[in-house]
Amino acid sequence: MPDISAWFNDLLSGNLIFTPTTLGYYWDGLVTTTQLVFLSLVIGLVLAVPLAILRSSKRKWISLPVYLYTYVFRGTPLLVQLYIIYYGVVFFDGIQESVFWPIFREAFYPALIAFTLNTAAYTTEIFRGAIKATAKGEIEAARAYGMSQSLMMRRIIIPSAFRRALPAYGNEVIFMLHASAIASVVTLMDLTGAARYVYSRFYTPFEPFLFVALIYLCLTFAILFFFRFLEKKLLAHLKPQTP
Amino acid sequence: MKKLLSVSLIGLAVAAASSAQARDYDHVRIGVDVPYVPMEYRTAEGDLTGFDIDLGNAMCEEIGVTCEWIEQEWDGIIPGLLSRNYDAVMSSMTINDERRQQVLFSEPYITMPSAWFAASDLDIDEANEETLEGLTIGVQRGTLQDNYVTDNYGRVADISRYSTADDMVLDMDAQRLDIVFLDFPIGQSTLIENENGDYVIVGEQITEPKEYFGDGFGIAFRQRDQALADKFNDALATLKEDGTYDEIYTRYFGDE
Repeated sequence: MPDISAWFNDLLSGNLIFTPTTLGYYWDGLVTTTQLVFLSLVIGLVLAVPLAILRSSKRKWISLPVYLYTYVFRGTPLLVQLYIIYYGVVFFDGIQESVFWPIFREAFYPALIAFTLNTAAYTTEIFRGAIKATAKGEIEAARAYGMSQSLMMRRIIIPSAFRRALPAYGNEVIFMLHASAIASVVTLMDLTGAARYVYSRFYTPFEPFLFVALIYLCLTFAILFFFRFLEKKLLAHLKPQTP
Repeated sequence: MKKLLSVSLIGLAVAAASSAQARDYDHVRIGVDVPYVPMEYRTAEGDLTGFDIDLGNAMCEEIGVTCEWIEQEWDGIIPGLLSRNYDAVMSSMTINDERRQQVLFSEPYITMPSAWFAASDLDIDEANEETLEGLTIGVQRGTLQDNYVTDNYGRVADISRYSTADDMVLDMDAQRLDIVFLDFPIGQSTLIENENGDYVIVGEQITEPKEYFGDGFGIAFRQRDQALADKFNDALATLKEDGTYDEIYTRYFGDE
């Protein structure tokens, strides 16, 4: 054990960029990035499922508001949305005295809100596409069994739509991880924020950005692996059958 | 084919060697981080102006070169110089040892203290480890103020880092920040004379320790451009002698 720490100290000595202090920044950055992305994806997913069902409704007055929401959030850059939510809210009079201020004062929650609304919009459209693509035969069979609309939704449409949406949703997760790199513009010290800080303190662009690029790559690999695993499990019935 | 290759390789090597030499400039590109009132900012008409801009232009005229100002955010301003996006940086940059390892500085052309600024209802007289505990401090990322605050108060306070001084003032007005640490005249013009809030200077103006606060503002060049730095130093001396410097100084800081 002492060998390893001696080796580690040896490795770090003689360079300014990878000190225990800067590694601490990267670690904090990794924690912030993971929290932000994970929370926004989970909340986004929870929002997206009911929204996707509403969005695929045949009644215009139900589907249109959801369509407007997804249109706005998919039609504008995430960076602009983040700016509006972070810097925009302070122009509401009295926000500082309201109960919401503890939330909007921190940079974390405005970023979380922006990311969540953005990913929920994309995920809604992904699920809606999957719901639309449900095979006619399945629906007819469900009707023939006398299932009500909601029972059919719960037992037939949603489970198969989930499976169909999986590959596209995996891409959305990776996209969200990469999009989270803009969090540092509102003072959050995420991975990219840590790299920007080290870059501006030691005037070296390559080392910090290459280092966090590697961390992002590892995270992406983990996500890819997880979704590959899920697809294998949940989409097994679509594989060619070996005799 | 082989011969052709080796000839062109030699050609490349010669070209590389000569471009590594100092060259004579007749056109100097200067990097600057805008806005940083009153050192560098844009007027309502969109013209670039400020103490650095006017002094820099006067120096260029004195040397007999044309100058072009290139805007660059602060946190990338030294890397931008080193990667030749421009040939000099004149942007309220304090001369200190950390930066001297990367760039070559001219003689200091102005000295400027730093200071703490806070909303008047924060109610502290002096910034130290006790009074700052638990507060959110705003700094501009990669500035010497950032380094000073990070090293001295990073353990007791939260530090929010901004790309531009503008964003920081916006968050000060929004009451997201409790206190900011800035170059004194910039805080003076962006916070004290700002009409959105009621701000005060906390404690004395700070110029020590030198390891952080350095020796005043200098123009930064690439290490090999000593000749260019010498020209700017000579021009500065001339402008100080013939009164142009004083005139520009009075234009932005009044009589002092």
